[in-house]
Amino acid sequence: MKLETLTAHELLDMIKAGTTTPDAIYDAVRGRIDAVEKDIHAYARVFDKQDLTGGQCPIPIAIKDNMCIAGRETTCSSKILKGFVSPYDATVIAKLKDTGAVIVGQANMDEFAFGSSTETSCYGPTFNPWDRTRVPGGSSGGSAAAVAAHEAIWALGSDTGGSIRQPAAFCGVVGLKPTYGLVSRYGLIAFGSSLDQIGPITKDVTDAALLMNIIAGYDPQDSTSFQSRSPVSDYTQALQNDVKGLKIGIPKEYFIEGLSPDVEGAVKAAMDVLKLKGAEFVEISLPHTKYAVSVYYIVATAEASSNLARFDGVQYGLRCIPTQARKSSIVDMYEETRDKGFGTEAKRRIMLGTYSLSSGYYDAYYLRGLKVRTLIKRDFDNAFEGVDAILTPTTPTPAFRIGEKMDDPLSMYLSDIYTISANLSGIPAMSIPCGFSKEGLPVGVQLMANLFNEEMIFRIAYTYEQATQLKLQ
Amino acid sequence: MINEQDVKYVAALSRIHLQPEEVHKLTKDLEAIVGYIDQLKQADVSGVKPTYNVNMMFNVDRPDEIKPSLTQKEALKFSVEQLNGSYKVPKVIE
Repeated sequence: MKLETLTAHELLDMIKAGTTTPDAIYDAVRGRIDAVEKDIHAYARVFDKQDLTGGQCPIPIAIKDNMCIAGRETTCSSKILKGFVSPYDATVIAKLKDTGAVIVGQANMDEFAFGSSTETSCYGPTFNPWDRTRVPGGSSGGSAAAVAAHEAIWALGSDTGGSIRQPAAFCGVVGLKPTYGLVSRYGLIAFGSSLDQIGPITKDVTDAALLMNIIAGYDPQDSTSFQSRSPVSDYTQALQNDVKGLKIGIPKEYFIEGLSPDVEGAVKAAMDVLKLKGAEFVEISLPHTKYAVSVYYIVATAEASSNLARFDGVQYGLRCIPTQARKSSIVDMYEETRDKGFGTEAKRRIMLGTYSLSSGYYDAYYLRGLKVRTLIKRDFDNAFEGVDAILTPTTPTPAFRIGEKMDDPLSMYLSDIYTISANLSGIPAMSIPCGFSKEGLPVGVQLMANLFNEEMIFRIAYTYEQATQLKLQ
Repeated sequence: MINEQDVKYVAALSRIHLQPEEVHKLTKDLEAIVGYIDQLKQADVSGVKPTYNVNMMFNVDRPDEIKPSLTQKEALKFSVEQLNGSYKVPKVIE
Protein backbone atom coordinates (compact mmCIF):
# COMPACT_ATOMS: atom_id res chain seq x y z
CA MET A 1 0.00 0.00 0.00
CA LYS A 2 1.67 3.20 -1.15
CA LEU A 3 0.66 5.59 1.63
CA GLU A 4 1.98 8.63 -0.20
CA THR A 5 -0.58 8.15 -2.98
CA LEU A 6 -3.59 8.32 -0.67
CA THR A 7 -5.70 11.34 0.24
CA ALA A 8 -5.66 13.05 3.62
CA HIS A 9 -9.17 11.82 4.47
CA GLU A 10 -8.23 8.20 3.67
CA LEU A 11 -5.09 8.48 5.80
CA LEU A 12 -6.98 10.07 8.70
CA ASP A 13 -9.46 7.15 8.60
CA MET A 14 -6.55 4.72 8.67
CA ILE A 15 -4.91 6.50 11.62
CA LYS A 16 -8.24 6.32 13.49
CA ALA A 17 -8.58 2.63 12.65
CA GLY A 18 -5.03 2.00 13.83
CA THR A 19 -3.86 0.66 10.47
CA THR A 20 -1.18 3.34 10.02
CA THR A 21 0.70 6.02 11.96
CA PRO A 22 1.79 9.61 11.26
CA ASP A 23 5.38 8.35 11.20
CA ALA A 24 4.69 5.77 8.53
CA ILE A 25 2.88 8.36 6.41
CA TYR A 26 5.72 10.86 6.71
CA ASP A 27 8.31 8.20 5.88
CA ALA A 28 6.36 7.20 2.77
CA VAL A 29 6.12 10.80 1.55
CA ARG A 30 9.77 11.43 2.38
CA GLY A 31 10.76 8.29 0.50
CA ARG A 32 8.88 9.57 -2.52
CA ILE A 33 10.59 12.97 -2.28
CA ASP A 34 14.00 11.29 -2.10
CA ALA A 35 13.12 9.30 -5.21
CA VAL A 36 11.64 11.97 -7.53
CA GLU A 37 12.43 15.46 -6.22
CA LYS A 38 15.61 15.69 -8.31
CA ASP A 39 13.45 15.32 -11.43
CA ILE A 40 10.47 17.46 -10.35
CA HIS A 41 12.09 20.18 -8.24
CA ALA A 42 8.82 20.97 -6.46
CA TYR A 43 10.55 22.25 -3.33
CA ALA A 44 12.69 25.27 -2.52
CA ARG A 45 13.53 23.68 0.83
CA VAL A 46 12.73 20.23 2.23
CA PHE A 47 12.76 20.13 6.02
CA ASP A 48 14.48 17.49 8.10
CA LYS A 49 12.14 15.10 9.83
CA GLN A 50 10.57 16.76 12.86
CA ASP A 51 9.31 15.08 16.00
CA LEU A 52 5.74 14.20 15.19
CA THR A 53 3.54 15.49 17.99
CA GLY A 54 0.33 13.87 16.84
CA GLY A 55 -2.72 16.11 16.88
CA GLN A 56 -5.96 15.71 14.98
CA CYS A 57 -4.47 16.11 11.48
CA PRO A 58 -0.81 14.99 11.32
CA ILE A 59 -0.70 14.93 7.50
CA PRO A 60 2.37 15.93 5.45
CA ILE A 61 1.78 19.28 3.74
CA ALA A 62 3.84 21.48 1.38
CA ILE A 63 3.69 25.23 1.95
CA LYS A 64 4.34 27.72 -0.85
CA ASP A 65 7.47 29.71 -0.05
CA ASN A 66 5.59 33.00 0.46
CA MET A 67 3.99 32.14 3.79
CA CYS A 68 6.03 32.97 6.85
CA ILE A 69 7.07 30.02 9.00
CA ALA A 70 8.74 30.97 12.30
CA GLY A 71 12.42 30.11 12.35
CA ARG A 72 12.49 29.16 8.65
CA GLU A 73 14.09 30.91 5.71
CA THR A 74 11.17 32.28 3.66
CA THR A 75 12.17 33.81 0.34
CA CYS A 76 9.27 33.95 -2.17
CA SER A 77 11.83 32.23 -4.43
CA SER A 78 13.67 35.55 -4.69
CA LYS A 79 17.35 36.42 -4.21
CA ILE A 80 16.32 39.58 -2.38
CA LEU A 81 14.99 37.54 0.54
CA LYS A 82 17.76 34.96 0.69
CA GLY A 83 18.71 34.51 4.30
CA PHE A 84 15.52 36.11 5.63
CA VAL A 85 14.39 33.90 8.49
CA SER A 86 10.85 34.67 9.54
CA PRO A 87 10.41 35.61 13.19
CA TYR A 88 6.74 34.64 13.19
CA ASP A 89 4.18 32.19 11.80
CA ALA A 90 1.56 33.24 9.29
CA THR A 91 -1.93 32.74 10.73
CA VAL A 92 -2.60 29.78 8.41
CA ILE A 93 0.67 28.20 9.57
CA ALA A 94 -0.28 28.67 13.24
CA LYS A 95 -3.67 27.09 12.50
CA LEU A 96 -2.02 24.13 10.76
CA LYS A 97 0.45 23.66 13.61
CA ASP A 98 -2.48 23.57 16.05
CA THR A 99 -3.79 20.51 14.22
CA GLY A 100 -0.42 18.75 14.26
CA ALA A 101 0.25 19.31 10.54
CA VAL A 102 3.57 17.94 9.32
CA ILE A 103 5.20 20.65 7.19
CA VAL A 104 7.37 18.73 4.75
CA GLY A 105 8.98 21.75 3.15
CA GLN A 106 8.49 24.99 1.31
CA ALA A 107 7.27 24.71 -2.26
CA ASN A 108 8.95 26.42 -5.20
CA MET A 109 7.11 29.32 -6.81
CA ASP A 110 7.45 32.10 -9.35
CA GLU A 111 9.44 34.92 -7.75
CA PHE A 112 7.04 36.92 -5.54
CA ALA A 113 4.19 35.02 -7.23
CA PHE A 114 4.83 36.90 -10.48
CA GLY A 115 4.19 34.31 -13.11
CA SER A 116 2.13 31.48 -14.54
CA SER A 117 4.84 28.86 -14.94
CA THR A 118 7.20 28.74 -11.90
CA GLU A 119 10.01 29.58 -14.32
CA THR A 120 10.93 32.87 -12.65
CA SER A 121 12.03 31.23 -9.38
CA CYS A 122 15.57 32.07 -8.30
CA TYR A 123 15.94 28.34 -7.58
CA GLY A 124 15.15 27.31 -11.15
CA PRO A 125 11.92 25.89 -12.55
CA THR A 126 9.68 23.13 -11.26
CA PHE A 127 8.78 20.44 -13.82
CA ASN A 128 5.29 19.13 -14.54
CA PRO A 129 5.11 15.55 -13.16
CA TRP A 130 2.93 14.51 -16.14
CA ASP A 131 5.54 15.66 -18.70
CA ARG A 132 8.80 17.01 -17.44
CA THR A 133 9.44 19.06 -20.58
CA ARG A 134 6.45 21.18 -19.56
CA VAL A 135 5.67 23.72 -16.88
CA PRO A 136 3.57 22.84 -13.83
CA GLY A 137 1.89 26.24 -14.08
CA GLY A 138 2.37 29.07 -11.61
CA SER A 139 2.87 30.76 -9.43
CA SER A 140 2.01 27.88 -7.04
CA GLY A 141 3.68 25.41 -9.41
CA GLY A 142 5.76 23.78 -6.68
CA SER A 143 2.70 23.17 -4.49
CA ALA A 144 0.69 21.67 -7.37
CA ALA A 145 3.58 19.52 -8.61
CA ALA A 146 4.30 18.26 -5.09
CA VAL A 147 0.70 17.06 -4.69
CA ALA A 148 0.55 15.60 -8.20
CA ALA A 149 3.83 13.73 -7.71
CA HIS A 150 2.83 12.52 -4.22
CA GLU A 151 5.68 14.50 -2.68
CA ALA A 152 3.07 15.87 -0.26
CA ILE A 153 -0.42 14.68 0.61
CA TRP A 154 -1.75 18.20 0.20
CA ALA A 155 -0.46 21.76 -0.08
CA LEU A 156 -1.19 25.43 0.40
CA GLY A 157 -0.80 27.84 -2.46
CA SER A 158 -1.75 31.46 -3.00
CA ASP A 159 -3.83 32.92 -5.83
CA THR A 160 -3.76 36.52 -7.05
CA GLY A 161 -4.74 36.03 -10.71
CA GLY A 162 -5.07 32.25 -10.95
CA SER A 163 -1.93 31.05 -9.19
CA ILE A 164 -3.66 28.15 -7.42
CA ARG A 165 -6.17 27.19 -10.11
CA GLN A 166 -3.97 27.27 -13.19
CA PRO A 167 -1.21 25.02 -11.78
CA ALA A 168 -3.91 22.75 -10.33
CA ALA A 169 -5.35 22.41 -13.85
CA PHE A 170 -1.92 21.80 -15.43
CA CYS A 171 -1.04 19.18 -12.81
CA GLY A 172 -4.36 17.34 -12.62
CA VAL A 173 -5.24 18.25 -9.03
CA VAL A 174 -7.90 20.26 -7.20
CA GLY A 175 -7.20 23.93 -6.40
CA LEU A 176 -9.48 26.43 -4.65
CA LYS A 177 -9.19 30.20 -4.44
CA PRO A 178 -11.48 31.11 -1.53
CA THR A 179 -13.60 34.27 -1.36
CA TYR A 180 -11.42 37.31 -0.70
CA GLY A 181 -11.34 37.88 3.03
CA LEU A 182 -12.18 34.31 4.02
CA VAL A 183 -8.63 33.12 4.71
CA SER A 184 -6.24 35.35 6.66
CA ARG A 185 -3.43 37.00 4.72
CA TYR A 186 -1.45 37.71 7.88
CA GLY A 187 2.01 36.29 7.20
CA LEU A 188 1.44 35.89 3.46
CA ILE A 189 4.10 37.99 1.79
CA ALA A 190 1.93 40.37 -0.19
CA PHE A 191 1.79 40.71 -3.96
CA GLY A 192 -1.60 42.31 -4.67
CA SER A 193 -3.26 43.05 -1.38
CA SER A 194 -6.80 43.40 -2.76
CA LEU A 195 -6.46 40.17 -4.78
CA ASP A 196 -4.30 37.65 -2.84
CA GLN A 197 -5.87 34.64 -1.15
CA ILE A 198 -4.31 31.51 0.31
CA GLY A 199 -6.06 28.27 -0.62
CA PRO A 200 -5.81 24.47 -0.70
CA ILE A 201 -4.25 22.34 -3.45
CA THR A 202 -5.35 18.75 -2.95
CA LYS A 203 -5.87 15.35 -4.58
CA ASP A 204 -9.64 15.47 -4.28
CA VAL A 205 -12.55 17.70 -3.36
CA THR A 206 -13.03 16.19 0.12
CA ASP A 207 -9.45 17.06 1.06
CA ALA A 208 -10.01 20.64 -0.12
CA ALA A 209 -12.99 20.89 2.25
CA LEU A 210 -10.94 19.49 5.15
CA LEU A 211 -8.08 21.89 4.55
CA MET A 212 -10.51 24.82 4.30
CA ASN A 213 -11.90 23.83 7.71
CA ILE A 214 -8.41 24.35 9.12
CA ILE A 215 -7.38 27.58 7.40
CA ALA A 216 -10.58 29.59 6.90
CA GLY A 217 -11.94 32.06 9.41
CA TYR A 218 -11.84 35.62 10.66
CA ASP A 219 -8.46 36.89 11.85
CA PRO A 220 -8.25 40.25 13.65
CA GLN A 221 -4.60 40.51 12.59
CA ASP A 222 -5.65 40.84 8.93
CA SER A 223 -7.61 44.05 8.44
CA THR A 224 -9.12 42.67 5.23
CA SER A 225 -10.33 39.51 6.95
CA PHE A 226 -14.09 39.29 6.76
CA GLN A 227 -16.11 38.83 9.92
CA SER A 228 -19.08 36.90 8.61
CA ARG A 229 -22.26 36.89 10.63
CA SER A 230 -22.75 33.20 9.86
CA PRO A 231 -19.35 31.62 9.24
CA VAL A 232 -19.17 28.11 7.87
CA SER A 233 -17.58 25.83 10.43
CA ASP A 234 -17.53 22.62 8.38
CA TYR A 235 -17.12 22.64 4.61
CA THR A 236 -17.47 18.84 4.48
CA GLN A 237 -21.20 19.39 5.08
CA ALA A 238 -21.28 20.88 1.58
CA LEU A 239 -20.03 17.64 0.01
CA GLN A 240 -23.44 16.59 -1.28
CA ASN A 241 -23.80 14.30 -4.27
CA ASP A 242 -26.69 16.24 -5.80
CA VAL A 243 -27.00 19.00 -8.38
CA LYS A 244 -30.63 18.46 -9.41
CA GLY A 245 -32.25 21.72 -10.37
CA LEU A 246 -29.10 23.81 -10.07
CA LYS A 247 -28.63 26.44 -12.77
CA ILE A 248 -25.04 26.71 -14.02
CA GLY A 249 -24.06 29.62 -16.27
CA ILE A 250 -21.76 29.23 -19.26
CA PRO A 251 -20.26 32.62 -20.21
CA LYS A 252 -20.17 32.93 -23.98
CA GLU A 253 -17.12 35.22 -23.82
CA TYR A 254 -15.01 32.35 -22.47
CA PHE A 255 -15.51 30.03 -25.44
CA ILE A 256 -13.58 31.87 -28.11
CA GLU A 257 -10.56 31.73 -30.37
CA GLY A 258 -7.45 30.65 -28.50
CA LEU A 259 -9.29 27.95 -26.53
CA SER A 260 -7.66 24.62 -27.36
CA PRO A 261 -10.05 22.01 -28.82
CA ASP A 262 -8.78 19.46 -26.28
CA VAL A 263 -9.67 21.76 -23.39
CA GLU A 264 -13.03 22.66 -24.90
CA GLY A 265 -13.83 18.98 -25.45
CA ALA A 266 -12.99 17.98 -21.88
CA VAL A 267 -14.97 20.89 -20.42
CA LYS A 268 -18.02 20.09 -22.57
CA ALA A 269 -17.77 16.45 -21.44
CA ALA A 270 -17.83 17.69 -17.84
CA MET A 271 -20.99 19.66 -18.62
CA ASP A 272 -22.58 16.51 -20.03
CA VAL A 273 -21.87 14.64 -16.80
CA LEU A 274 -23.47 17.38 -14.72
CA LYS A 275 -26.44 17.54 -17.09
CA LEU A 276 -27.03 13.83 -16.57
CA LYS A 277 -27.02 14.48 -12.83
CA GLY A 278 -29.78 17.04 -13.22
CA ALA A 279 -28.01 20.41 -13.54
CA GLU A 280 -29.36 22.90 -16.04
CA PHE A 281 -26.96 24.93 -18.16
CA VAL A 282 -27.76 28.48 -19.17
CA GLU A 283 -25.77 30.69 -21.53
CA ILE A 284 -24.80 33.93 -19.79
CA SER A 285 -22.80 36.96 -20.73
CA LEU A 286 -19.93 38.56 -18.81
CA PRO A 287 -19.47 41.43 -21.27
CA HIS A 288 -16.41 43.03 -19.68
CA THR A 289 -14.34 39.81 -19.77
CA LYS A 290 -12.15 41.20 -22.56
CA TYR A 291 -10.81 43.88 -20.21
CA ALA A 292 -9.93 41.51 -17.35
CA VAL A 293 -6.27 40.93 -18.24
CA SER A 294 -5.69 44.67 -18.79
CA VAL A 295 -7.34 45.63 -15.52
CA TYR A 296 -5.37 42.97 -13.66
CA TYR A 297 -2.01 44.00 -15.09
CA ILE A 298 -2.65 47.56 -13.96
CA VAL A 299 -4.20 46.96 -10.54
CA ALA A 300 -2.09 43.97 -9.48
CA THR A 301 1.19 45.48 -10.64
CA ALA A 302 0.33 48.83 -9.02
CA GLU A 303 -0.31 47.05 -5.72
CA ALA A 304 2.83 44.95 -6.21
CA SER A 305 5.01 48.01 -6.84
CA SER A 306 3.83 49.38 -3.51
CA ASN A 307 4.15 46.08 -1.63
CA LEU A 308 7.67 45.40 -2.92
CA ALA A 309 8.95 48.85 -1.96
CA ARG A 310 9.86 47.38 1.43
CA PHE A 311 12.60 45.22 -0.13
CA ASP A 312 15.33 47.83 -0.04
CA GLY A 313 18.23 46.23 1.82
CA VAL A 314 17.55 48.07 5.08
CA GLN A 315 15.93 45.60 7.46
CA TYR A 316 16.37 42.06 6.11
CA GLY A 317 17.44 39.99 3.16
CA LEU A 318 19.95 41.08 0.56
CA ARG A 319 21.88 44.34 0.77
CA CYS A 320 24.19 45.49 -2.05
CA ILE A 321 26.38 48.55 -2.38
CA PRO A 322 27.63 49.42 -5.89
CA THR A 323 31.39 49.46 -6.42
CA GLN A 324 31.16 52.94 -7.95
CA ALA A 325 29.02 55.68 -6.41
CA ARG A 326 26.23 56.84 -8.68
CA LYS A 327 23.68 59.04 -6.92
CA SER A 328 23.75 59.28 -3.13
CA SER A 329 24.85 56.61 -0.67
CA ILE A 330 21.43 55.50 0.47
CA VAL A 331 19.82 55.66 -2.98
CA ASP A 332 22.73 53.68 -4.43
CA MET A 333 22.08 50.98 -1.85
CA TYR A 334 18.37 50.84 -2.67
CA GLU A 335 18.95 50.75 -6.42
CA GLU A 336 21.80 48.23 -6.36
CA THR A 337 20.02 45.91 -3.91
CA ARG A 338 16.86 45.90 -5.99
CA ASP A 339 18.79 45.47 -9.25
CA LYS A 340 20.73 42.48 -7.93
CA GLY A 341 17.87 41.06 -5.87
CA PHE A 342 14.91 41.14 -8.25
CA GLY A 343 14.55 38.95 -11.33
CA THR A 344 13.43 40.21 -14.74
CA GLU A 345 9.71 39.59 -14.29
CA ALA A 346 9.72 41.23 -10.85
CA LYS A 347 11.40 44.31 -12.31
CA ARG A 348 8.95 44.34 -15.22
CA ARG A 349 5.92 44.26 -12.92
CA ILE A 350 7.26 46.82 -10.47
CA MET A 351 8.02 49.16 -13.37
CA LEU A 352 4.59 48.65 -14.91
CA GLY A 353 2.91 49.31 -11.57
CA THR A 354 4.98 52.40 -10.87
CA TYR A 355 4.22 53.71 -14.36
CA SER A 356 0.46 53.33 -13.94
CA LEU A 357 0.56 55.05 -10.57
CA SER A 358 2.84 57.87 -11.61
CA SER A 359 1.69 61.44 -11.93
CA GLY A 360 0.12 61.99 -15.33
CA TYR A 361 -0.82 58.35 -15.81
CA TYR A 362 -2.68 57.60 -12.57
CA ASP A 363 -6.10 58.62 -13.90
CA ALA A 364 -5.71 57.00 -17.30
CA TYR A 365 -4.46 53.69 -16.00
CA TYR A 366 -4.85 52.94 -12.29
CA LEU A 367 -8.08 54.81 -11.60
CA ARG A 368 -9.62 53.72 -14.89
CA GLY A 369 -8.54 50.15 -14.17
CA LEU A 370 -10.33 50.24 -10.83
CA LYS A 371 -13.50 51.54 -12.49
CA VAL A 372 -13.48 48.76 -15.09
CA ARG A 373 -12.94 46.39 -12.16
CA THR A 374 -16.30 47.60 -10.83
CA LEU A 375 -17.85 46.76 -14.21
CA ILE A 376 -16.33 43.26 -14.15
CA LYS A 377 -17.66 42.70 -10.63
CA ARG A 378 -21.08 43.95 -11.73
CA ASP A 379 -21.11 41.39 -14.56
CA PHE A 380 -20.86 38.65 -11.92
CA ASP A 381 -23.45 40.27 -9.61
CA ASN A 382 -25.88 40.33 -12.54
CA ALA A 383 -25.08 36.77 -13.59
CA PHE A 384 -25.58 35.33 -10.10
CA GLU A 385 -29.11 36.72 -10.02
CA GLY A 386 -29.98 34.10 -12.60
CA VAL A 387 -27.58 31.21 -11.94
CA ASP A 388 -26.23 29.33 -8.89
CA ALA A 389 -22.72 28.89 -10.28
CA ILE A 390 -20.62 29.53 -13.36
CA LEU A 391 -18.58 26.90 -15.24
CA THR A 392 -15.65 27.68 -17.53
CA PRO A 393 -12.36 26.15 -18.66
CA THR A 394 -9.58 26.94 -16.16
CA THR A 395 -6.96 27.59 -18.84
CA PRO A 396 -7.06 28.10 -22.62
CA THR A 397 -4.54 25.30 -23.22
CA PRO A 398 -2.96 22.42 -21.31
CA ALA A 399 0.55 22.88 -19.85
CA PHE A 400 2.92 24.61 -22.28
CA ARG A 401 6.60 23.75 -22.68
CA ILE A 402 9.37 25.07 -20.44
CA GLY A 403 10.77 28.22 -22.04
CA GLU A 404 7.95 28.55 -24.55
CA LYS A 405 6.51 31.83 -23.21
CA MET A 406 9.50 33.34 -21.44
CA ASP A 407 10.35 35.76 -24.27
CA ASP A 408 6.79 36.93 -24.71
CA PRO A 409 5.45 38.30 -21.43
CA LEU A 410 2.16 39.37 -22.98
CA SER A 411 1.46 35.82 -24.19
CA MET A 412 2.19 34.57 -20.66
CA TYR A 413 -0.22 37.14 -19.21
CA LEU A 414 -3.01 36.15 -21.63
CA SER A 415 -2.90 32.56 -20.38
CA ASP A 416 -4.56 33.84 -17.18
CA ILE A 417 -7.63 35.01 -19.04
CA TYR A 418 -10.14 32.65 -17.41
CA THR A 419 -8.92 32.88 -13.84
CA ILE A 420 -8.28 36.58 -13.38
CA SER A 421 -11.88 37.85 -13.13
CA ALA A 422 -12.54 35.85 -9.95
CA ASN A 423 -9.70 37.66 -8.16
CA LEU A 424 -10.86 41.07 -9.42
CA SER A 425 -14.37 40.37 -8.12
CA GLY A 426 -13.35 38.51 -4.96
CA ILE A 427 -15.57 35.53 -5.72
CA PRO A 428 -14.52 31.94 -4.91
CA ALA A 429 -13.33 29.70 -7.73
CA MET A 430 -12.12 26.11 -7.92
CA SER A 431 -10.36 24.08 -10.61
CA ILE A 432 -10.98 20.34 -10.72
CA PRO A 433 -9.52 17.78 -13.13
CA CYS A 434 -11.92 16.93 -15.98
CA GLY A 435 -9.89 14.88 -18.42
CA PHE A 436 -6.78 14.81 -20.56
CA SER A 437 -5.53 16.24 -23.83
CA LYS A 438 -4.47 14.07 -26.77
CA GLU A 439 -0.91 14.18 -25.40
CA GLY A 440 -2.05 12.93 -22.01
CA LEU A 441 -1.84 16.31 -20.27
CA PRO A 442 -4.38 17.15 -17.56
CA VAL A 443 -7.23 19.56 -18.28
CA GLY A 444 -9.08 21.49 -15.57
CA VAL A 445 -12.61 22.87 -15.42
CA GLN A 446 -13.36 25.92 -13.26
CA LEU A 447 -16.39 26.47 -11.05
CA MET A 448 -17.22 29.92 -9.69
CA ALA A 449 -19.92 31.00 -7.25
CA ASN A 450 -20.97 34.19 -5.53
CA LEU A 451 -19.11 35.71 -2.59
CA PHE A 452 -18.85 33.37 0.40
CA ASN A 453 -20.74 30.61 -1.46
CA GLU A 454 -17.93 28.03 -1.43
CA GLU A 455 -20.56 25.45 -0.45
CA MET A 456 -22.16 25.66 -3.92
CA ILE A 457 -18.78 25.00 -5.52
CA PHE A 458 -18.05 22.08 -3.20
CA ARG A 459 -21.45 20.58 -3.96
CA ILE A 460 -21.06 20.69 -7.73
CA ALA A 461 -17.41 19.63 -7.68
CA TYR A 462 -18.14 16.70 -5.35
CA THR A 463 -21.04 15.52 -7.46
CA TYR A 464 -18.91 15.64 -10.60
CA GLU A 465 -16.00 13.85 -8.91
CA GLN A 466 -18.26 11.11 -7.55
CA ALA A 467 -19.78 10.57 -10.99
CA THR A 468 -16.49 10.34 -12.84
CA GLN A 469 -13.99 9.28 -10.18
CA LEU A 470 -11.70 11.73 -11.99
CA LYS A 471 -9.17 12.50 -9.32
CA LEU A 472 -5.47 12.00 -8.84
CA GLN A 473 -4.40 8.41 -8.49
CA MET B 1 4.78 55.68 -26.95
CA ILE B 2 7.09 54.50 -24.19
CA ASN B 3 10.72 55.37 -24.82
CA GLU B 4 13.95 54.67 -22.99
CA GLN B 5 13.77 58.02 -21.18
CA ASP B 6 10.41 57.04 -19.69
CA VAL B 7 11.83 53.70 -18.59
CA LYS B 8 14.84 55.35 -16.94
CA TYR B 9 12.50 57.78 -15.16
CA VAL B 10 10.25 55.00 -13.89
CA ALA B 11 13.30 52.96 -12.84
CA ALA B 12 14.47 55.90 -10.74
CA LEU B 13 11.00 56.19 -9.15
CA SER B 14 11.08 52.43 -8.45
CA ARG B 15 14.58 52.70 -7.01
CA ILE B 16 15.93 50.00 -9.33
CA HIS B 17 19.25 50.39 -11.14
CA LEU B 18 19.00 48.96 -14.64
CA GLN B 19 21.78 47.83 -16.97
CA PRO B 20 21.64 49.38 -20.49
CA GLU B 21 20.48 46.09 -22.11
CA GLU B 22 17.73 45.86 -19.48
CA VAL B 23 16.52 49.38 -20.30
CA HIS B 24 16.32 48.44 -23.95
CA LYS B 25 14.44 45.16 -23.35
CA LEU B 26 12.10 46.67 -20.77
CA THR B 27 11.21 49.51 -23.13
CA LYS B 28 10.07 46.99 -25.74
CA ASP B 29 8.20 44.84 -23.17
CA LEU B 30 6.44 47.76 -21.52
CA GLU B 31 5.52 49.28 -24.86
CA ALA B 32 3.84 46.01 -25.90
CA ILE B 33 2.07 45.58 -22.57
CA VAL B 34 0.89 49.20 -22.28
CA GLY B 35 -0.19 49.01 -25.91
CA TYR B 36 -2.45 46.09 -25.01
CA ILE B 37 -3.71 47.73 -21.83
CA ASP B 38 -4.72 50.84 -23.78
CA GLN B 39 -7.85 48.94 -24.88
CA LEU B 40 -9.31 50.06 -21.53
CA LYS B 41 -9.90 53.45 -23.15
CA GLN B 42 -12.83 51.83 -25.00
CA ALA B 43 -14.65 50.95 -21.78
CA ASP B 44 -17.48 53.26 -20.76
CA VAL B 45 -16.77 54.22 -17.16
CA SER B 46 -19.04 57.26 -16.86
CA GLY B 47 -20.57 57.35 -13.40
CA VAL B 48 -18.68 54.24 -12.29
CA LYS B 49 -16.93 54.27 -8.93
CA PRO B 50 -13.56 52.52 -8.52
CA THR B 51 -13.38 49.22 -6.59
CA TYR B 52 -10.39 49.32 -4.26
CA ASN B 53 -11.55 46.44 -2.09
CA VAL B 54 -14.22 43.91 -3.01
CA ASN B 55 -15.51 43.55 0.54
CA MET B 56 -16.13 47.32 0.65
CA MET B 57 -14.55 47.54 4.08
CA PHE B 58 -13.36 50.91 5.32
CA ASN B 59 -11.45 52.15 8.34
CA VAL B 60 -11.06 48.78 10.04
CA ASP B 61 -9.69 49.61 13.46
CA ARG B 62 -9.04 47.99 16.81
CA PRO B 63 -9.00 49.27 20.40
CA ASP B 64 -5.80 51.13 21.29
CA GLU B 65 -4.45 48.40 23.58
CA ILE B 66 -0.91 47.07 23.81
CA LYS B 67 -0.74 43.53 22.44
CA PRO B 68 2.20 41.10 22.18
CA SER B 69 4.60 41.90 19.35
CA LEU B 70 8.20 41.24 18.31
CA THR B 71 10.81 42.51 20.72
CA GLN B 72 13.43 44.91 19.41
CA LYS B 73 16.00 42.09 19.71
CA GLU B 74 13.84 39.71 17.67
CA ALA B 75 13.26 42.33 14.99
CA LEU B 76 16.96 43.02 14.66
CA LYS B 77 18.02 39.37 14.82
CA PHE B 78 18.39 38.82 11.07
CA SER B 79 19.20 42.33 10.02
CA VAL B 80 22.05 43.07 7.68
CA GLU B 81 23.80 45.65 9.85
CA GLN B 82 22.80 47.05 13.21
CA LEU B 83 24.12 49.58 15.68
CA ASN B 84 22.81 50.42 19.15
CA GLY B 85 19.48 48.73 18.59
CA SER B 86 18.86 50.33 15.20
CA TYR B 87 19.30 49.29 11.58
CA LYS B 88 22.52 50.76 10.26
CA VAL B 89 22.40 52.12 6.70
CA PRO B 90 24.64 54.22 4.40
CA LYS B 91 24.47 57.99 4.68
CA VAL B 92 21.02 59.40 4.09
CA ILE B 93 22.00 63.07 4.22
CA GLU B 94 25.23 63.83 2.41
